[in-house]
Amino acid sequence: MQLNKQVLHLSSKDRALIKAVQGGLPVVSRPYAEIAKKLNSSETDVISRLQYLMDNGAIKRYGVVVRHKELGYTANGMVVWNIPDDKVEELGICIGNYDCVTLSYRRPRRLPGWPYNLFTMVHGSNREEVTQKVAEIVEKCGLENIDHTILFSTRRFKQRGASYTQKNTSSTAKAVKLQLVK
Amino acid sequence: MTDSVNNPANDSISSSINDFSPLEQHLLNDFQRDMSLSATPYADMAKQLGVNEEDVLQSMQSLQENGVVSRVGPVFRPNRIGVSTLAAMSVPADKLECVARIVSAFPEVNHNYERDHLYNLWFVVTASSEEHLDIVLYEIEQHAEQTLMSLPMLDDYFIDLGFKLTSSLTGSPKQANHNG
Repeated sequence: MQLNKQVLHLSSKDRALIKAVQGGLPVVSRPYAEIAKKLNSSETDVISRLQYLMDNGAIKRYGVVVRHKELGYTANGMVVWNIPDDKVEELGICIGNYDCVTLSYRRPRRLPGWPYNLFTMVHGSNREEVTQKVAEIVEKCGLENIDHTILFSTRRFKQRGASYTQKNTSSTAKAVKLQLVK
Repeated sequence: MTDSVNNPANDSISSSINDFSPLEQHLLNDFQRDMSLSATPYADMAKQLGVNEEDVLQSMQSLQENGVVSRVGPVFRPNRIGVSTLAAMSVPADKLECVARIVSAFPEVNHNYERDHLYNLWFVVTASSEEHLDIVLYEIEQHAEQTLMSLPMLDDYFIDLGFKLTSSLTGSPKQANHNG
């Protein structure tokens, strides 16, 4: 769990490749050949660089990425926990093991306003189901004395894969803002 | 045949896994991880499922068009090819929509959700370096005219094996090849 914490050194070619694939592979018979065409590279090269990224822990998972909401998992609760520092790893792993959980991250507390140091994402078809699953997790992982709260999402403004862009693009935000002010 | 023009992905579509054809269910469930890095990934899926590559391509295309599948490909590990943080803002209700649009307009922002809490806007910011991240966070605060709380990930306790879709089909991605 402690492995791969450093940022990997990447060439500009690697960055271009990451940029080309982070939105997903084209749905065609030879997707890597198509990506290679755009990058002025070869299909073999693209595949071997992706293999390199995978071997070096830059890729966590490779495959079909589904949207939970479109599959009926319309409620997602970000469950945040205030866990003693010496227990957070053990309990973070315990919570992360449940099927309905898709994230389990330790993050810093920001006292006094934000005391929570473990973030987990729990999915369900509605709020009641999420709340019930959280209650089960509390019981099974022995979290009865741990302060937690559930933050339900009420609106999704944006959801897409991470974009590791290099350049500074504040002009876009400025343009939007100007539009809104008018 | 699917009609891509009249079927844009939108937030109103919500279905249960059982609404999908058996092929679609398999495409949703069976390839969430460990997809091969072969030159012909869709032909490989077709072979495994005993169907034509053309069927896989068509179904995958339509699953993406109606928004059920976000994409096929790599999920990058946080903080390995770039840096990221989870940011939260406490925005007055009447300004929330406007602020959310400003935040979403940054290409460095991927997920952006309203949540029912005093901190009501939560988003992930990703950048190629710490310096770039700091600049973006600063710019978001400036443009949105709101202060933000940045909560970078310190440890990841979750092994991402995909998302289990309960259906008439058997198999739980999370339990299956746990050691694989």
